[in-house]
Amino acid sequence: MTAETRKIVVTVNGRRHEAEVETRYTLADFLRQQLGLTGTHLGCEHGVCGACTVLLDGLSVRACLMLAVQANGHEITTVEGIAPVKTELHPLQEAFRDNHGLQCGFCTPGILTTLIEFLRDNPDPTEAEVRVAISGNLCRCTGYQGIVAAALDAARRMRGEKRG
Amino acid sequence: MKPPPFRYHDPETVADVVGLLGRLENAKLLAGGQSLMPMLSMRYVLPDDVIDLNRVRGLTHLREAKGALEIGAMTRQRDIEFSPLVRTRCPLLNEAILQVGHRQTRNRGTLGGSLCQLDPAAELVAVAIALDATVSIVGPKGEREIPFAEFPAGYMMPALAADEMLTGARFPQWKEGHGHAFVEFARRHGDFAVVSAAALLEEDQSGRITRASVTIGGTGPAPVRVKEAERALVGNAASAKLFREACESCRKLDATGDVHAPAAYRKHLAAVLSRRALEKAHSRMGGAGR
Repeated sequence: MTAETRKIVVTVNGRRHEAEVETRYTLADFLRQQLGLTGTHLGCEHGVCGACTVLLDGLSVRACLMLAVQANGHEITTVEGIAPVKTELHPLQEAFRDNHGLQCGFCTPGILTTLIEFLRDNPDPTEAEVRVAISGNLCRCTGYQGIVAAALDAARRMRGEKRG
Repeated sequence: MKPPPFRYHDPETVADVVGLLGRLENAKLLAGGQSLMPMLSMRYVLPDDVIDLNRVRGLTHLREAKGALEIGAMTRQRDIEFSPLVRTRCPLLNEAILQVGHRQTRNRGTLGGSLCQLDPAAELVAVAIALDATVSIVGPKGEREIPFAEFPAGYMMPALAADEMLTGARFPQWKEGHGHAFVEFARRHGDFAVVSAAALLEEDQSGRITRASVTIGGTGPAPVRVKEAERALVGNAASAKLFREACESCRKLDATGDVHAPAAYRKHLAAVLSRRALEKAHSRMGGAGR
């Protein structure tokens, strides 16, 4: 079968894109291959590792489990779109840097996007709630301790409290 | 790990979906995609056509009607999770959905997708069995409603004709103040259960159990009601001894072993988890312990 294509219009990190995509293309492949946004990482490509998590209209989703055509008319935020400006980090990213929330960094984009949604829904979470929130993201470096510490620290910073 | 080429359809009405299903020979319905997308990427399934249901109208409701909750097939698991109606009127479904996958999969995953995928250990399938849910099915001849108990036709195989689709489910409510619990054993949070147990209890003013539902998921091709345990409970006053003895019948269930756990261990889990579910359900009666 020859590859079928469709035209889509997607807003990614605030920028509108019109593109012709193969209907079999996943959202993750579209972001990486066609838009060059390689911050969205692909680990398992079958919905287990969480590395490809992006925000779809503000909700975290696995970009490997969606077709690019399904994003037509929607708004996507990738890890590239989290920081307020190019030269500044988001408080969540700062907290990850300060708390050793990453080592190799492969899982980090998916964890950051997941936590952006989670901390918006739950600005003052318990440690147990943070652990459940990131249960769909695999990290093989940190043992999660630094990630949990970073998430709790970020929550404090985003609530406007002193850093912990 | 990329899906094979297919023709993509995104109809907007149930009638159009049914029309496509009747016309296309090798089509797959795409709901939330949390099971079909991995199966496409791993090329376990090779459909010529994929029919996306995400633009179909009228499938995303969640409402109370005639003593039941009616939920559309394309209602996201997230919307069930955060629904105050589900939390207050169908608390078993609320407790179960928090154990379905992860936040990222519940944001896309749907009720209908999970019910049709029919994974033997799926939480939503067990809840549908536990609550005597019914499902609405639409085909070229119109709509029919069947008990969910008749929906699993075999291992991961729904009782749907090739030109039919599931449009929604109806979960009957139990009396105000009933006890409920959904417990499972899984290797990691968010995994499919190795074995799950759902329990529902009602009792009269003297503390005698008047109605009981005990469901085990993960032992066979589909979750089952343990009628022997239910019969042992009804008419008796709740006690740790009663629960323990009633749950012994779970060891008699047919169980299949696989790479995750042998059959004997699943039977053991069935007895232990059903007892825990009953104890938890009983502790919540009258609205306590919520």
